[in-house]
Amino acid sequence: MDYSPLFISLKVALIATVFTIVFGVLAARFVVRLKRFQGLIDGIFTLPMILPPTVVGFVLLLIFGKNGWIGRMLSLLDVTVVFTWSAAVIASTVVSFPILYRTVRGAFEEVDTDLIHAARTLGLHEAEIFFRIILPNVVPSLIAGTILAFARALGEFGTTIMIAGNIPGRTQTMAVAVYTAVQAGNRELAFHWMIIICAISFSSMFLINLVNNRHRRKSVKRGVL
Amino acid sequence: MALEVRIQKKLGSFRLNVAFTADAEWTGMLGASGCGKSMTLKCIAGVETPDEGFIRYNGRVLFDSEKRINLPPRQRRVGYLFQSYALFPHMTVLENIQVGMPKHTVNKTAAAKQAVERFFLQGLEDKRPGQLSGGQQQRAALARLIASQPEMILLDEPFSALDSHLKWRMERELTEALSSFAGTVLMVSHSRDEIYRICTKLCVFDAGTIDVAGSVHDVFQNPQTMQAALLTGCKNICRAEKTGDTTVRAIDWGLELTTASPIPPDMRYVGIRRHDVRLSPEAGGHANTVPVRLIYEVDNIFSYVATVSAAGATRGEDGHIECDLSKPSWQALRERPLFVRLPEEHLLLLR
Repeated sequence: MDYSPLFISLKVALIATVFTIVFGVLAARFVVRLKRFQGLIDGIFTLPMILPPTVVGFVLLLIFGKNGWIGRMLSLLDVTVVFTWSAAVIASTVVSFPILYRTVRGAFEEVDTDLIHAARTLGLHEAEIFFRIILPNVVPSLIAGTILAFARALGEFGTTIMIAGNIPGRTQTMAVAVYTAVQAGNRELAFHWMIIICAISFSSMFLINLVNNRHRRKSVKRGVL
Repeated sequence: MALEVRIQKKLGSFRLNVAFTADAEWTGMLGASGCGKSMTLKCIAGVETPDEGFIRYNGRVLFDSEKRINLPPRQRRVGYLFQSYALFPHMTVLENIQVGMPKHTVNKTAAAKQAVERFFLQGLEDKRPGQLSGGQQQRAALARLIASQPEMILLDEPFSALDSHLKWRMERELTEALSSFAGTVLMVSHSRDEIYRICTKLCVFDAGTIDVAGSVHDVFQNPQTMQAALLTGCKNICRAEKTGDTTVRAIDWGLELTTASPIPPDMRYVGIRRHDVRLSPEAGGHANTVPVRLIYEVDNIFSYVATVSAAGATRGEDGHIECDLSKPSWQALRERPLFVRLPEEHLLLLR
């Protein structure tokens, strides 16, 4: 059995999760601080979660394809994205982004405004407030969002197959491999992949609960809860 | 004047429109909840922005809508004690104290240790806010505030989160800890007792504006407005009509009263504090004395509160007059005819 889909999946999902954390946190901070058009921007950021993955993939094709505006710029630099594993990273990032964005945004909104006001009157700069006051107070949500986003990135299928294709050893991820195996009538292979995917998904859920419980215990010890 | 404030701010249907000055003294801000007290403090601290007006402190312009000046809170040097104390839950007491110290502080640890000692927080340095009692949290918040070296201090309902038996002690601690502070202190409260004990000046808020301002003593003696009388604890207030230079008709009480001082033309209410009302078994020939009947009595811890009403009074609570009596004097009055006397010199003439 060729295990390359496992490694491609892990590599793609890990890199996508890193991008998702950075973009998700920045987007959440941006939207929380917006004074107008908050609903509109929020809707746009959430769109990849609501649209069928194939539609998201099609939009990405339009953007990153040969005639898309980013695709054309990249082709000037002799870089092609479509049907490479970096396309799979983009697909996974876009699709997992709303999950993290929404979780963190919710947590940002829950942070007591008195804390932020207190920090301001104590002379802290906005950046200091973000990194020293707000972020430490949303760590549990950030971790939960990260694990959920990772799981989503790992299971990404529709968007990936649209923009990264199904090239064994290069862009074929586990989710795509299951599909390919079933299509080819190789039920045994599909079954193998199913077990591996289930194992990874279960362990990530287990991890979420572990982290949450540990945090709760720590909070109880500190008297926060 | 150290602090000069004239600001306006619209919040939905609520309009804040306040103007006041304060010296380097303790000024209390008294008012019902939602009357704009806290919003005023937040505007001074800079965490809220007024629509119009100016805020100046010791010659520094903190905010001026015309000159388009709006200093960020971190440059205002205004210490704010939040009702919830707003200690950072993920930091220890020591970290909380250090976080607000001026950047140029040479030895933050030593300075923080000093603050810890000054506010009796020894042994709690490494605890997190969630592990502290209410009183300890307040001390930690104060230590943090003082360590940030503010030039002005704003206290937003500093005792409301404390158990009643702690309030008295924390009040003493707070005033003692801040006794060496040389700047203006503004304290928002809805407790007239706190303000009477702690502050030298008082601003009474009503629906987004300052109704009455003056020395605490003056405002409690002569509240001038119905709101101020109510907020300073006057329980008997009645609609009134001027009938002569020193005569007035108390409409709800159904009484014709005479006053010690000339009645201002804009008087619309009369009031009298519960402990200034006299009850006696005979008329006695005094002014403002009428027969009344007892409506009900309330047995308080240390006194009786008798609620009475005259023959011509409007029905219901508006027509009632409450009076405070010591327990023995109430015992002496029981089951006898009752006359109420509203001494001229204690009548409050209110607008």
